[in-house]
Amino acid sequence: MLSFTRWKATLILVAVFATMMLAAPNIMPQSWVDKLPRAMRTHMTLGLDLQGGVHLMLQVDSDEVRRSMLENLRDDVRRVLRDNRLQVQNLGFQGNSVVVRLREGQNADLALTELRKIPQLIGGAFSTSGQYDFDVSRQGDSFVVAATEAGIRDKVSRAVTQSIEVVRRRIDQLGTTEPVIQRQGIDRILLQVPGERDPQRLKTIIGQTAKLEFRMVDQSVTAEQALSGRPPADSVILYEEVKEGNRVVQQVPYVIQRRVIVSGEELVDAQAAFNAQQAEWVVNFRFNSSGGRKFAQATTENVNRPFAIILDNKVVSAPVIREPILGGSGQISGRFTAESSANLALLLRAGALPAPLTVVEERTVGASLGQDSITSGTRAAIIGSIFVLIYIFATYGLFGLFANIAVIVNVVMMFGLLSLIGATLTLPGIAGIVLTVGMAVDSNVLIFERIREEVRSGRSVIASIDGGFTKAMGTIMDANITQLITCVILFYLGTGPVKGFALTLGLGIITTMFTAITFTRYLVVIWLRLFKPARVPM
Amino acid sequence: MRLLRLIPDDTSFPFMKFRPFAFGLSALISMATIVGFLTIGLNIGIDFKGGTLVELQAKQGHANIGELRTRLQGANVGDVQLQEFGGPNLVMVRYGEQPGGEPGQQAALRRVRALIDADYEVRRTEVVGPTVSSELVQMSVIGVILSILAVLIYLWFRFEWQFAVAAMIATLHDVTAIMAFYIFTQADFDITSIASVLTIIGYSLNDTVVVFDRIREMMRKHKKLPVAELLDVAINSTLSRTTITATTTFLALLGLFFFGGEVIQGFTASMLVGVIVGTYSSIFMAAPILIYLGLRQGGFGTARAEAEDGEGATAKAKA
Repeated sequence: MLSFTRWKATLILVAVFATMMLAAPNIMPQSWVDKLPRAMRTHMTLGLDLQGGVHLMLQVDSDEVRRSMLENLRDDVRRVLRDNRLQVQNLGFQGNSVVVRLREGQNADLALTELRKIPQLIGGAFSTSGQYDFDVSRQGDSFVVAATEAGIRDKVSRAVTQSIEVVRRRIDQLGTTEPVIQRQGIDRILLQVPGERDPQRLKTIIGQTAKLEFRMVDQSVTAEQALSGRPPADSVILYEEVKEGNRVVQQVPYVIQRRVIVSGEELVDAQAAFNAQQAEWVVNFRFNSSGGRKFAQATTENVNRPFAIILDNKVVSAPVIREPILGGSGQISGRFTAESSANLALLLRAGALPAPLTVVEERTVGASLGQDSITSGTRAAIIGSIFVLIYIFATYGLFGLFANIAVIVNVVMMFGLLSLIGATLTLPGIAGIVLTVGMAVDSNVLIFERIREEVRSGRSVIASIDGGFTKAMGTIMDANITQLITCVILFYLGTGPVKGFALTLGLGIITTMFTAITFTRYLVVIWLRLFKPARVPM
Repeated sequence: MRLLRLIPDDTSFPFMKFRPFAFGLSALISMATIVGFLTIGLNIGIDFKGGTLVELQAKQGHANIGELRTRLQGANVGDVQLQEFGGPNLVMVRYGEQPGGEPGQQAALRRVRALIDADYEVRRTEVVGPTVSSELVQMSVIGVILSILAVLIYLWFRFEWQFAVAAMIATLHDVTAIMAFYIFTQADFDITSIASVLTIIGYSLNDTVVVFDRIREMMRKHKKLPVAELLDVAINSTLSRTTITATTTFLALLGLFFFGGEVIQGFTASMLVGVIVGTYSSIFMAAPILIYLGLRQGGFGTARAEAEDGEGATAKAKA
């Protein structure tokens, strides 16, 4: 037990040195770090609770995803039947399905064959699941096209993926550094923006779906007529909100055609600008070529009639077309401020979310609190560690010194490994490190107490020390593994700061086993060789 | 150099004699916890019940809590709790879940901010919506149960079932005692409290396992010794280690408690209590329970095998 082969000793020193190198960039000045090769720039990131920032948990509105999935399905069913000249008695929703009833005397077999072409394999041509998104069945003259569970799940999943893309584009536009955008579970997105001071602005930008549409105003009825009766079948009533500050003071109804002339997807650019003639803020935009063509055609056909610019189902403005707009670019006006026009331009450039996002959890930490936490966390860590080091030295003397060196190496190794995996250091994480310092010496305490027992039972120096290390081994393993189990569970179940705590504590337990068992032993062996002591000094 | 010794060598304190007192005390604490839980209850934080927490710093001078309270009535968010938090210019504002689901929470926060933005800087906000809070509760309960079970299984494999059961009862005792801390101090019980409960479970088990390891070793060495005496010998011989480790952990936590700032003070306070409780339970709960679980007297595998066949027992012990 007490002999170290040369290569083993080298390995220990290499491990210690390597982790020191990994930990070093954390405390170097930035100018030194920049000179290092990229692979050596390992460092920990400070958690939001330490550097300040915004943490938002966003949830994709899966009901909305399902609803729009069904609406698209209804349109598909209607189109398929119309293309085959099949006449529909009625068409409606029932739970997660679209139910259609044909008029009498229609070719039901043809309808079934054609409707069966609607379902698609989930995952496209390379699908491995073999599951379809819809399920078609016939009940007499009625047909039920039902969305399958797998189909809905797939749609929601794709909506989340798409939302992550859009959120990323929007956040990138803000020019913040290193935001974290991650999928969480089935329908959630974790967004962390370090350093962001204004959660409100972030939420305004994330919270808008930004679905832009250009649609014609239906002039066959007035808004009042539509409100008292029913709007025409292919039109709906939408409102323009007149605001004073943040309060909506008036809602102006419009009758708007369902058909969309051009949508926001066909925009290639949008910029906020100040229109000097009208003395108001506007958003200038440009369509791609197909969007430009559609817009040109619609404006040519509808000169002197109003069209509506609709954002998230609200009318932004409804200008009258004075002349055909052929250049593929245009201008949106509608009581904007400098800020709101800039925001809208940003949202249009980044694209629309497939479904609304709601904030289900929000945690923000101001930069000043973060700085306070770093200061107090570091101070507490240093003071706590000094307490422990002094106490251990007082208890074990020279051996205490060995243990203390091992504890310090242990902390360095922890920092090294945390840097290697690019872990996030949080305030509870610092607590985990301090706690590790307190508990890390446990393995050494177990060994030293064993050595003392051996000495008391009258063994020689070498035999006592050897016996101490050997006999404490099993206990150290059992004790640390039980503790590691709770850490692993905490890590998998915990979120944010708690995860950071579990990670540092767990990693600390692992490095402790190395430093206490191997590194301390190495120090003791060197001491034995150099001084050939006649008794154990404790 | 004279070295520090908190525990003298070769103690022979009759721990097992105290077990009726110890069990009595633990029963009392558990009763108090249950009564306290039913009458006073936990001060459940926003992580678990949903709601909003805002930490404010007065831009000038001291925070005026009375004036702030009147002002915040205008936000119409129901019952608002205000408390000084770590300094005369710092205030913690808390209110419960608002109607209207997730958007309702956001709207309420906007109303609150609009009222205070002029005089106070917002240092921290936490809004936990109804969906997340119920998930966190679920996750925490699963976490605590799962870790107790996982350790139970590990101990069952490494030792014998009596040890696993005794460790589990001792762990449940620790969890109860920590709950008592949260109930009687009315400290916020939130997601970091779960982290501290799990850490204490880990610490206490670590302690228990060290004692158990020694008990097992003693059982192999002294086959004729009565169980109670044997447990006393095992506990006494590990006593020095138990106190030293408890002291180092306690010292490290003290550093955090006094200098680590307000944000983690509750977290470290509960762990300070946990270290004491965990150490106590390893000695006075886990070990004595072994007697009641019929260690050696009723079919403890290794012991019986040893009595019948020394060879087989050694082989088993090595494995």
